[in-house]
Amino acid sequence: MSLFGTLSPEALPQNPIVWAAAVFMALVVLGIVFLLTYFKRWRWLWGEWLTSLDPKRIGIMYLIAALVMLLRGFIDAAMMRAQQSLSVGASQGYLTPNHFDQIFTAHGTIMIFFAAMGLMWGVINLIVPLQIGSRDVAFPLLNALSLWLFIAGALLVNASLVIGEFAATGWLAYPPLSELAYSPGVGVDYWIWALLISGVGSTLSGINFFTTISTMRAPGMTLMKMPIFVWTVLSAMVLVIFAFPVLTATVGLLFLDRFADMHFFTAGYGGNMMMYVNLIWAWGHPEVYILVLPAFGIYSEIVPVFSQKRLFGYTSMVIATIAITALSFSVWVHHFFTMGAGADVNAFFGIMTMIIAIPTGVKIFNWLFTMYRGRILFYSPMYWFLGFVVLFTIGGMAGVLLAIPGADFQLHNSLFLVAHFHTMIISGVLFGYFAGFTYWFPKFFGFTLDERWGIRAFWCWFIGFLLAFVPLYILGFMGATRRLAHYPAGLGWQGLFIVAAVGVAVIALGALCQIIQVIVSLRGRDLRRAGSDPWNGRTLEWATHTPVPSYSFAHIPSVEARDALWDSKQRGDKEVSSYEAIALPRNSALGLIMGVLSFSIGFGMVWHIFWLAIGAFLGIVLCLMVRSFNEDTEYITSAEEVARSEHSYLGV
Amino acid sequence: MRRFLTGLVFFVILIGGFILLSRSAPLQILTPQGPVAGEEYHLITTAIGLMLIVVIPVFILLFFFAWRYRAGNEKAVYLPNWEHSRLDECIWWAVPTLIVAALAVLTWQSTHALDPYRPLSATTTPLSVDVVALDWKWLFIYPAQGIASVNYLEIPAGTPINLYLTADAPMNSFWVPELSGQIYAMPGMSTELHIEASGAGAYGGMSANFSGDGFSGMQFLVHSVPEGEFNTWVAGVRYASSTLSWNIYETLAKPSENNPVQTFSAVSPALYTQIIDTYMTPSSTSM
Repeated sequence: MSLFGTLSPEALPQNPIVWAAAVFMALVVLGIVFLLTYFKRWRWLWGEWLTSLDPKRIGIMYLIAALVMLLRGFIDAAMMRAQQSLSVGASQGYLTPNHFDQIFTAHGTIMIFFAAMGLMWGVINLIVPLQIGSRDVAFPLLNALSLWLFIAGALLVNASLVIGEFAATGWLAYPPLSELAYSPGVGVDYWIWALLISGVGSTLSGINFFTTISTMRAPGMTLMKMPIFVWTVLSAMVLVIFAFPVLTATVGLLFLDRFADMHFFTAGYGGNMMMYVNLIWAWGHPEVYILVLPAFGIYSEIVPVFSQKRLFGYTSMVIATIAITALSFSVWVHHFFTMGAGADVNAFFGIMTMIIAIPTGVKIFNWLFTMYRGRILFYSPMYWFLGFVVLFTIGGMAGVLLAIPGADFQLHNSLFLVAHFHTMIISGVLFGYFAGFTYWFPKFFGFTLDERWGIRAFWCWFIGFLLAFVPLYILGFMGATRRLAHYPAGLGWQGLFIVAAVGVAVIALGALCQIIQVIVSLRGRDLRRAGSDPWNGRTLEWATHTPVPSYSFAHIPSVEARDALWDSKQRGDKEVSSYEAIALPRNSALGLIMGVLSFSIGFGMVWHIFWLAIGAFLGIVLCLMVRSFNEDTEYITSAEEVARSEHSYLGV
Repeated sequence: MRRFLTGLVFFVILIGGFILLSRSAPLQILTPQGPVAGEEYHLITTAIGLMLIVVIPVFILLFFFAWRYRAGNEKAVYLPNWEHSRLDECIWWAVPTLIVAALAVLTWQSTHALDPYRPLSATTTPLSVDVVALDWKWLFIYPAQGIASVNYLEIPAGTPINLYLTADAPMNSFWVPELSGQIYAMPGMSTELHIEASGAGAYGGMSANFSGDGFSGMQFLVHSVPEGEFNTWVAGVRYASSTLSWNIYETLAKPSENNPVQTFSAVSPALYTQIIDTYMTPSSTSM
């Protein structure tokens, strides 16, 4: 056994495209190091950000990591469409099949686990404590640990780009393809360890926010007075707690198959691949709702605020949310009707799936009737909302179609399926987080975002989406399957693939508009200063100052009705002028250290560098012991300091 | 709001036209060539029709409300605290529930009618074909005829075909969109699918489930011909082709990409079972 396990110079990239990506990544890292050194910002980075246990800081770090991963996943998507526009008949395109396979595997893995999940954790960290009138989360260090486990997983996926290879199996790595017999390289191991590490982080976050919402709400905020966003997050956290351990266990069993010569899912020796497919979807379907429920929550915040009217049908919304949560565990077989289960089983799971369309439809009608007899202000978040309803309804129709086993036999695994779930996730999840980004941005940065560039971004995304995915629906009807590195010219698909590639380019313009939007807004920020409540908000996050002080609330608000801030504005509550000392968690580097150690475990296990993996594991145990002996985990902001800070905000 | 609506209409027309112009191949699922694919097509259109009962009102309400209750419109009623109406909410819990109930009946019946394991009713004797997904090609075994072919499936028109499927490779999915929906082919297991082509013709088939680097090339042709012509083809293959012993099969099963059509004679009718059995005692072969 050598010092570096199976790692050898051959693991470095052999291909110019990968070399270019590696050099680009190195340049970005060097650029950041240079800027930090030039502006003498290392201490600031360490003290204010990397070691912070403030959920507002952690949330922003999640968002930055998720946006970087979103960009990476988007580049993968563009490369796939470019390949499929070129690789027809005699032409093999510019990618080898294996490279193409790695790209679509990375695209799916990155977009779900690191872009969408990261955006979700970011928004939850930023908004949930504020909306429930809390200064913190239940377990602050655990929260930081979750962030660093998430980043460790994301870094493993990116490390595979430069050192070795990534899985070429599809994003859920079905065995036996993902078993050692068919995938002997390190790609699947990178996939396994990225998911194991980030998955543990997600489970811990789920427990953390479930506890936070359960126990740390402001006095008077009963469950039925919580904002709908908090309800949707609570439901999503229940799903995380139940679903993510299943993922961790399943991927762990696959690891044992590959590492310890076991046979849970192998083709021979009594292994059963169908068990893997069942287990992975027992996580995979709830995962869809883990992502989409908080986005529904964001829309439920935005529509009332911009319609200047109460949310219609609060109780219905809560019941619908809980119904979706419960049902989401009873539909997983619809991902593999074609596996040959009997008609009774298939029909049962098909009907359960359609039942989910009922509470989802109710939510849409409730949003529509929130607009009814309102006074709607068409800021860009409302554009994202309208675009969402249009696309999500179409995608939902496609979804119900796929839920009918007889129709699914014809549509499964085709580009129709790909178009369906991209419609749901882009309009249902991504548009929701974009709307939330515009809506909540001023709370954390003190100025609003430029509306003109925001609306331009919306149109580019919307048009780009239609151009990129309507052709895929049609291609599905033509019998085009997903994951094709090449297809014969006689099929006549090339025109539609080219239109889809143009759509991706238009979406890229949309992303560019968003980057310009942030830059333009930043440069003109003195003209765009927002007070603490720029939209005439209804919920408690708008009751804090802008930007939010570290202690969030000088006084923990007491809640008497839904839309707590709106209610308090109507009653004309006065600010209290006496202050008390506030205790907050001290910074701790342990989350970051354990994140680095977890990355080392993952990297060590991928390359069989066992001294590194074992050493890092012992290091984590040591970190936990050190923390358990630390009694001094909080610092006190004195009443005078709070008063001084509050007066500076109030301009007294 | 006016700008949003004009923008929407303009772009949807533009995109629709653009996409229609770039379309140049038939929509195979919507032009079925056999009874199974035909029923599946009718199922798809019926379900879409039912769903439009909810979807069209949603679109109308969405744009009507957005237009009517825009902030600039002082004529519209403004009720900032109106948040509940039992009747309205009952309507939109009830209408989708009724439609889903209708879809549920449709689903239950169609799932049983289109169960891939259900034999098709016919006056002629069905033909049995064993299908083996290999890395990366399809092997079709005609056990009664004692012949086999690679990436080519010739069938008599108007006759039900009973397919038995397995894989000696990662999981694949057998799909001929013009004839029927898919079924997975998995190593060590046997699944079934029943298809039929109404008339003579040539139909494209493929693997629909990703199975590795050569996956894109796992395409095959289904050739439906009159009964007599089929018998002539069988006789020709029996006469002219090389044999398929277990040793030759093992060579054939090794990974290869974009395989040309091949035919074999003197194929043992037990070959299919033998292939599945290797996974029961995997020490005798590679895993």
